[in-house]
Amino acid sequence: MNSQNQSIIIKTAFRYAIPFIFLYAIYVLTHGEYSPGGGFQAGGLMAIIVVLSRLVEGDKAQINISGNKAFILAGVGTFIYALVGWVTMAFGGNFLSYSFLPIDVADKYRHQWGILSIEIGVTICVMATIITIYDAITTKGEKDAE
Amino acid sequence: MLNSIISNAIYILIAVMFLVGIYGIITKNNLIKKLIAMNIMQVSVIFFFLTLGLKIDATIPIEMPGIINVDAYINPLPHALMLTAIVVSLSTTGVALSLMIRIGRFLNTIEEDEILRRMEE
Amino acid sequence: MKNIQIILLMMVFYIFLNAVGGLPIVGDVDSPAATHISPRYIEKSYKETGSKNFVTAVLADYRAYDTLGETVVIFTAGVATVLILKVFQKEK
Repeated sequence: MNSQNQSIIIKTAFRYAIPFIFLYAIYVLTHGEYSPGGGFQAGGLMAIIVVLSRLVEGDKAQINISGNKAFILAGVGTFIYALVGWVTMAFGGNFLSYSFLPIDVADKYRHQWGILSIEIGVTICVMATIITIYDAITTKGEKDAE
Repeated sequence: MLNSIISNAIYILIAVMFLVGIYGIITKNNLIKKLIAMNIMQVSVIFFFLTLGLKIDATIPIEMPGIINVDAYINPLPHALMLTAIVVSLSTTGVALSLMIRIGRFLNTIEEDEILRRMEE
Repeated sequence: MKNIQIILLMMVFYIFLNAVGGLPIVGDVDSPAATHISPRYIEKSYKETGSKNFVTAVLADYRAYDTLGETVVIFTAGVATVLILKVFQKEK
């Protein structure tokens, strides 16, 4: 998409929407235990920020995560999820049993910390995968006409 | 007879949506129209599982202060299982689109009968 | 050709209409889906997991292993897309 052909309203106005989308995504992620939400919804919202910026400005976007870095982030998100499981296994319990987490609070708060860490891992993985798929589909190959 | 149709109207609508999806996959020639019809079929299956969890006069599955009766909340299990199904449909759409781009660059067409004709050459 | 497909779809629709009679009543409180384990998830969710949202408690605490499998499925879809498309762009 050429950035010279977009109207000046879109090029100016999309920057005002981005901090509100980001704040709403973090709200949905952290309030997953009190209202509808959770990790998958927050990941989709966060991916929309980068996709919107790339739709308006093309390759010269300033709010951008490149395709290679997003690919690595997807693996990091899945690894965070499995890391929580391995930590609970190392301290005596089964895989992903939150009562054995090594933090010094009551049992109910251990479950809440476990759920929050898992949702953070899922959010990073979903965001990075959507950006990776978008980047792989829209980057020009050498056989594409200009 | 009319009473049984009205009380089962949700199931009949879901069956119609499923068959519209299958009709689109079988009949249409363009690959992107087939992909959209497959998406409609997946959404109809997700709706079917969600209607199995309904309860009369029940509220959303988040604990409200003061409502303790189990029959006042709808069943949370189908919602949790269908989150996985929604995400799987996103993944298959992404991979299907990438396969279509590859076919389109190689054969210069996306219509199914043209693809079969050009592959034999 | 198109007529044969429409007739076959009408037959499948007739089979679906006959199957609707065997499904549970819409909104029944005693249906099999609502009586085995989901009352336990609703009653003991706040005491055992500290979460008031039953769907998050089921998805991230009682069935956390399935959510790990789902995350791996998402990651695999991303890997498959990159493998199909990115190799193409380096062909000379």
